[in-house]
Amino acid sequence: MEHYLGIFFSVIFIENMALTFFLGMCTFIAISKKISTAFGLGVAVIVVLAITVPVNNLIYQYFLRDGALAWAGFPNVDLSFLGFLAYIGVIAALVQILEMFLDKHVPALYSALGVFLPLITVNCAILGASLFMVERDYTFTESVAFGLGAGVGWALAITALAGVREKLKYSDVPEGLRGLGITFICVGLISLGFMSFGGIDL
Amino acid sequence: MSSPKEVLFSPIFDNNPIALQVLGICSALAVTVSMVNTLVMCAAVIFVCAFSNLFVSLLRHVMPSSIRIIIQMTIIASLVILVDQIIQAYAYEVSQRLSVFVGLIITNCIVLGRAEGFALQNGPYISFLDGIGNGLGYSILLLLVALIREPLGAGTLMGYTLFPSVNDGGWYIGNGLMLLAPSAFFIIGLAIWALRAWKPAQVEPAEYEIAENVQYKEAI
Repeated sequence: MEHYLGIFFSVIFIENMALTFFLGMCTFIAISKKISTAFGLGVAVIVVLAITVPVNNLIYQYFLRDGALAWAGFPNVDLSFLGFLAYIGVIAALVQILEMFLDKHVPALYSALGVFLPLITVNCAILGASLFMVERDYTFTESVAFGLGAGVGWALAITALAGVREKLKYSDVPEGLRGLGITFICVGLISLGFMSFGGIDL
Repeated sequence: MSSPKEVLFSPIFDNNPIALQVLGICSALAVTVSMVNTLVMCAAVIFVCAFSNLFVSLLRHVMPSSIRIIIQMTIIASLVILVDQIIQAYAYEVSQRLSVFVGLIITNCIVLGRAEGFALQNGPYISFLDGIGNGLGYSILLLLVALIREPLGAGTLMGYTLFPSVNDGGWYIGNGLMLLAPSAFFIIGLAIWALRAWKPAQVEPAEYEIAENVQYKEAI
């Protein structure tokens, strides 16, 4: 149990997807002007990551990795080069299914998250988490903890940035730095703040 | 219809995908710690961007618009697989250091953004040039960041020593911050500032006008 909690917390604070690996930066910068929308997007990312990383883990373990097809009678087949195509397909399909499911059964949640779901397909944080999961060779349970933690960390980062930017729009920023420039510098400072978690050993 | 030269060069400074359109910063900043990684990454992005634009443009009359995103994703993912296999075959060490970031070219917003925004409406030749132009616009900012980070952080450039570091008996004490994630954000922010000081048309309008200072008595 401790091992899984370790993975969960280290991906939130120490190896934060947005702030140390620069993943999901496009949406991170573009949708962080208001706290409420940033939080909505964050929740959508948590949901999608918590589902796609474990599913991609199963696909990797049982179809793609070297010798994974032994159960079907092909012990020498290595399909891992098809990984990218498979993961992005799974992500796109799952996001679509999730959107239809929420629309039909949980309309309240759909109206809150609906606009963000299509954006998430091309969010690097989602694909990045799946690729990290493959690279680090996580088991199924580890991948659940990793996916959930990666989502929570990303949501935390975007909500924090939105909070900073909501205050920042009242301040007198030099002309050329206004908007995008100052946002980057703020992200840098937040990222520097998150580095202080680096010494924590779980 | 703009001229081929304009299509090729305007994304570099006038309409830079990173500095102006906020596209494609996602996967790329993490590779800028060393120049070699950055060069390989830039070459990969230019290749994928140019060829995905070419193929999307060739297929633009055949694709039903309802499933075009899936088709574009498939084209891009196949090109990225190709690039990844080539890098693994010819530059294995670099591929280890780039780790997941080559794969993340798939979700690089520049590639899909240009396929969706340009190649769907234009012919193959001009789309191919647009892909190269946007790839170059992305590369130039990335190379700039790497050019600052590697020498200041480690005292080397492309693996050759510029400033001999203290550990090897030299005089240069590496700036550790430059090797960490936040420095990339600071450098990009400052680069955008420099670009906008040079081309003031890109400055964003202020959201709030700050009122003039008034005298105490007038305020009352």
